[in-house]
Amino acid sequence: MDLAFTTYLVVGFTFAIYIGIAIWARAGSTKEFYIAGGGIHPIANGMATAADWMSAASFIGMAGLIAFMGYGGSVFLMGWTGGYVILAMLLAPYLRKYGKFTVPEFIGDRFYSDAARIVAVICLIICSVTYVIGQMKGIGVAFSRFLETDYATGLYTGMIIVFFYAVLGGMKGITYTQIAQYCVLILAYTIPAIFISLQLTGNPIPQLGLGSTLVGTDTFLLDKLDQTVQMLGFPEYTTQTRISTLNMFAFTASLMIGTAGLPHVIIRFFTVPKVKDARSSAGWALVFIAILYTTAPAVAGMARLNIMQTIEPSPGQYLEIDKRPDWFRNWEKTGLLAIEDKNGDGRIQYSADPESNELVTLDRDILVLANPEIAQLPNWVIALVAAGGLAAALSTAAGLLLAISSAISHDLLKSTFMPNISEKAELNASRGAMALAIAGAGYLGLHPPGFAAGTVALAFGLAASSLFPALMMGIFSTKVTREGAVAGMLAGIGITLFYVFQHKGIMFVADWRYLEDWGSNWFFGIEPNAFGVVGAMVNFAVAIAISQWTPAPPQRVRDLVEDIRVPVGSDVLHVDH
Amino acid sequence: MSHLSEASAREYWRRNKALMFKLGLIWFAVSFGCGVLLVDVLNQIHVGGYKLGFWFAQQGSIYTFIALIFYYSHAMHKLDKEFNVEERD
Repeated sequence: MDLAFTTYLVVGFTFAIYIGIAIWARAGSTKEFYIAGGGIHPIANGMATAADWMSAASFIGMAGLIAFMGYGGSVFLMGWTGGYVILAMLLAPYLRKYGKFTVPEFIGDRFYSDAARIVAVICLIICSVTYVIGQMKGIGVAFSRFLETDYATGLYTGMIIVFFYAVLGGMKGITYTQIAQYCVLILAYTIPAIFISLQLTGNPIPQLGLGSTLVGTDTFLLDKLDQTVQMLGFPEYTTQTRISTLNMFAFTASLMIGTAGLPHVIIRFFTVPKVKDARSSAGWALVFIAILYTTAPAVAGMARLNIMQTIEPSPGQYLEIDKRPDWFRNWEKTGLLAIEDKNGDGRIQYSADPESNELVTLDRDILVLANPEIAQLPNWVIALVAAGGLAAALSTAAGLLLAISSAISHDLLKSTFMPNISEKAELNASRGAMALAIAGAGYLGLHPPGFAAGTVALAFGLAASSLFPALMMGIFSTKVTREGAVAGMLAGIGITLFYVFQHKGIMFVADWRYLEDWGSNWFFGIEPNAFGVVGAMVNFAVAIAISQWTPAPPQRVRDLVEDIRVPVGSDVLHVDH
Repeated sequence: MSHLSEASAREYWRRNKALMFKLGLIWFAVSFGCGVLLVDVLNQIHVGGYKLGFWFAQQGSIYTFIALIFYYSHAMHKLDKEFNVEERD
């Protein structure tokens, strides 16, 4: 069977499963639409959270980033997993105890203010929309590359699939499809990794393979990798720092607290039955995430070594252009890989020096996508990788779209503008909001703003600086006031956006920036993507300072805070608003 | 439905915070400590083909995070029982 046909078969099969689930898991009430009825088993929720969480960036992008950043890429590994420890201890159990439908709803009640709720909705939409653009792009790219459709057709197909299960089933449909999508994406990620680890090191477990010796030699894989990259003039793989130690520190911290503050992840913990389930479910989520996250560095190191050994089979002996393998030619067609024989010797010289480097384009995303081809794995493995990339993008897009649409229908419509709307009307409104959100995300996917490449990392900075501090202070302090919380959120997200804008361009229009994009005029040498932690500190400081000067929260709010800290007990005190 | 006295509610929260603080220190130590600040020192030690600091940054910290969450979940379950604030079916 040829590759295109196999790919259609595998991707078509997974899509049929998703649509089948959509028809089976329709939502009949707002409780089912927003929180899947609240009865999801903690392990099942952990699996759905893992798919919700791992986006196209984790599946396709991350190993490529690590492959080229070496040790510096660790910020993504630690940052995107360490956040779950914060979530499990500092947020999820108490928000689950509170037992409502959305994140802005908690902020509105705890800070006894519709203004706080609306500011939280705005922050949520800014974070989630920045994030969802990356997913829509991922869907379009995966389709156009593997199914040879054009980008727009791919995007529309993806939107129709999401429409089916997200509009019909809400959180209920999304939960069960995410479980199926997790299974697809984790198989698609680990199977090629196991094969490649076996080929290179003889050890089938990639996590161990990365620390093993190469087949038939006494040389450790990582030592070989360090030598090879250094010979070409690149920094040593295992010690290459990202900009500076302080920057690595800030970047890791921003990703961690951003992870804990992302609304589409938090609302997943509203779907489990009990507070203790919210705690253990975070652990299960991280187990399922870690299967991919501990495999990714192995994929990164091995793919980098594979590519370099393809181009330079033995020291000083470069690959002849006429003899380059088929995968090389296939990826050249996409423009993600390009060669230029600068010295006219008919061979491809690869070097860190841009003057003599002849591998002029090597897109980072290729590493995961082309990995099975480079390792000469069978066609069904390549098809599975395509289905896995689509599963990762679709599952995250659906989760984000639910966070956006429930904020619109529940926080804006039901609670602020049309409080007398009936349950049935709210359910219809939430379906309408979901359809609108999908259309909006599709539009942005078709006309991606110029900054789309950096968007995902940016979403974390925004969540870290706005929602996370407000939620944490809402739970851990009885003293922070509504004025403090609103000012804190605005200051945190404001300063983070300002810092990003001055280096990346106002509203991301590159021509509108007034400071250099890279390297200079950085606050303590912290890159814009890593600034969320500074924004969060500003948020905390502003909120606490203003709370000293404004009237203390009313007694019922202090009772509410005491109440959410205990799994059962004084819950006669639920606040009506 | 049990009701906590104000004093025992405060004690429950204090014990929870003490546990979070203890686990938070380990969380910080394996990631920011071993993975970032002390990475050069730990890289002097090799475990198999891994430099130890590099291993913590790309593998070890993640395994520790999982252990921390399950330990927290387990310890809090015990605390819930001790204070009789466990949710019933």
